[in-house]
Amino acid sequence: MKSLFKGLNLLDPEQNLNLQADLLIEDGIIKSIGDINQKEIQDCEVFDFTGMYCVPGLFDMHVHLREPGREDEETVQTGCNAAAAGGFTGVACMPNTSPAIDSAEVINLILGKAKNHLVDVFPVGAVTSGRKGEGLAPIFELVEAGAVAFSDDGTVVKTSSILRSAMEYCLMFGSTIIEHCEDESMADGAMNESFTSTQLGLPSIPTIAEDIIVARDILVAEYTGGKIHIAHISSKKSVELVREAKKKGIKVTCEVTPHHFSLNDEYVKNFDTNYKMNPPLRTQADVEAMIEGLKDGTIDCIASDHAPHSIEEKEMEFIYAPNGIIGLETQLALVISELYLKKHLTLPQIVEKLSINPRKILGLNIPKISEGENANLTIFDPAKIWTIDINQFKSKSRNSPFDKKLVTGKSIAVINKGKMYFENSFRLV
Amino acid sequence: MPLSSRHLLGLQGVPKEDIQLILDTATTFREVLERPIKKVPTLQGKTICNLFFENSTRTRLSFELAQKRLSADTINFTKSGSSASKGETFKDTVKNIEAMKVDMIVVRHESSGVPHYLTRISNANIINAGDGRHEHPTQALLDMYSIRERLGKIDGLKVCIVGDIAHSRVALSNIYGLISLGAKVSLCGPATMIPKDIQRLGVTITHNIDEAIANNDVLNVLRIQLERKAGTNIPTLREYHNYFGITSERIKKNNPDVLILHPGPINRGVELSSEVADGPFQIILDQVTNGVAIRMAVLYLLGTRP
Ligand SMILES: [Zn+2]
Repeated sequence: MKSLFKGLNLLDPEQNLNLQADLLIEDGIIKSIGDINQKEIQDCEVFDFTGMYCVPGLFDMHVHLREPGREDEETVQTGCNAAAAGGFTGVACMPNTSPAIDSAEVINLILGKAKNHLVDVFPVGAVTSGRKGEGLAPIFELVEAGAVAFSDDGTVVKTSSILRSAMEYCLMFGSTIIEHCEDESMADGAMNESFTSTQLGLPSIPTIAEDIIVARDILVAEYTGGKIHIAHISSKKSVELVREAKKKGIKVTCEVTPHHFSLNDEYVKNFDTNYKMNPPLRTQADVEAMIEGLKDGTIDCIASDHAPHSIEEKEMEFIYAPNGIIGLETQLALVISELYLKKHLTLPQIVEKLSINPRKILGLNIPKISEGENANLTIFDPAKIWTIDINQFKSKSRNSPFDKKLVTGKSIAVINKGKMYFENSFRLV
Repeated sequence: MPLSSRHLLGLQGVPKEDIQLILDTATTFREVLERPIKKVPTLQGKTICNLFFENSTRTRLSFELAQKRLSADTINFTKSGSSASKGETFKDTVKNIEAMKVDMIVVRHESSGVPHYLTRISNANIINAGDGRHEHPTQALLDMYSIRERLGKIDGLKVCIVGDIAHSRVALSNIYGLISLGAKVSLCGPATMIPKDIQRLGVTITHNIDEAIANNDVLNVLRIQLERKAGTNIPTLREYHNYFGITSERIKKNNPDVLILHPGPINRGVELSSEVADGPFQIILDQVTNGVAIRMAVLYLLGTRP
């Protein structure tokens, strides 16, 4: 099987590659890069991708695939389809399934379902059994089965002592703890605490609920020498804490979601539950701090926190509706529209935050655009203007606040494991 | 001149003219309530549903009476707690009621924003009878009506809202309405009961009840929710009464002319001493009567809006 891609802008910041060239892939391997004359190659499918960018396959390190437990909302299969459609060749899935990812059986089940898909799935194991915050999950067993990091996401690791144990235990594997930072004693609310929550009369969550745990986790990481990754950072103060900790050499990394760098809490004003998430949308000052953190490198990566919910559950009174939105199929467009077009980040920086850094944090191989390498690639058009339509999503769920939004930037194709997703279907390359 | 909106979701952003129109219309209905036959045929043939997801006998009775006085047909739907836990979703409940061809829905719910959500899934006129800690516009309207009835005006008056502002649905509606009609509004309560950045609405804050009594023409005293977990916002009800409760000694000492409002039901010995609750400074029962007139006015203006 041979496929020739003409006219690509190849961009691989890890190798300082920024080159306009053609790309020949044979049986899933990058065969040659350069000015390739299609007449010299026999039986070859040709794609004219002039002007498109080709980068190491994008990676989303924070998605909820809902399987096992809530297959009505998403499955490994539909979540992977959504990832492929959104331009991602790999995802890390969070352990708040039912049962939680706290045994090798659940990991095997997920990996089994993902095995033949173009998209690589890397399960994140639970820190504590059942994510209850009491006893450690069998972390050794989970690492062996394929867990790439540990988290009680959906909730915080409840006590400092169990967090400390988990971090020390993880030192044996070099695994990172991914923390959902939320002091539960302060987090009984439906939106961010601000002038807006005062006006809307909604119970609210202050930013210090996040900051306190970020501070705690940094201290525990410093003390133990372990690695902490702050999931979905959203508060200005938390970004400052991470910035200072990095300066001291503490092993802390963090991610931000597209909604936290593009929306502020005033969007809650019409009580649309698609703007209800956890952490909640914050103030404009926090949004600006997210962009600042992305620019100066404090924020290592961008992740969607793809959180599918059924329509019945999301279409509910605001205080009862579940938190979260789906994001795999809107993420790249929001990054390009809000960060690239507004000149906050360059394309190489975007590739770092959407492809290279998340894999580094999880200790995964980083795909290279180089002859002889496996082709693990995302091809996207940074100038394509389109309108988001939730009815076109490959995800099983529809809970997105970005429906009908006009955006710029779209994935054209993804390639991995000898397969390509292009124009709504999978084929071999 | 009709109201500018076909719903009454709150008083935030409602034009001054609309508020005045409601208050003036209520004056007419207030007079009807003094007649031997207290009924007018204005809303004959209209069906109104009182959709109460939270117990509130007083507000529901007041709305029901207003509807009967206007000759409307009334149906009541009462259910408490999360709809999610009871099988039928909120949306299904509303769609069912809508299928019965109702013209107006009066809604009370513990979640802020439910009336706004209703406007998206129903074609009826929506009247907010209290949503979460957000708004309770008819309560504020009847408060303003009662102040105007007693003091002849709102413009230029100094009004202080006293108590648990953060967990109140009455406070915000009063703030919006009173400021719109030209009053100077202040708040008095423990710091834990004042929500974030509320000064940005154009109000001032004090934690000294004597100052609040001395410096204002009107005190609108909110009910302290006894069911709130003790110790979370205030140490004890006793301490609250000692430092924020309104007593006749405090009134006599600071401002014997002050007018006391209370949305009811009163916790005697907490926010008001019994003496004040029954005394000459308060107009609490007038508020109840005026409440019917205000609700008649709102129902009438929305129900007959072209
Ligand atoms: Zn989370």
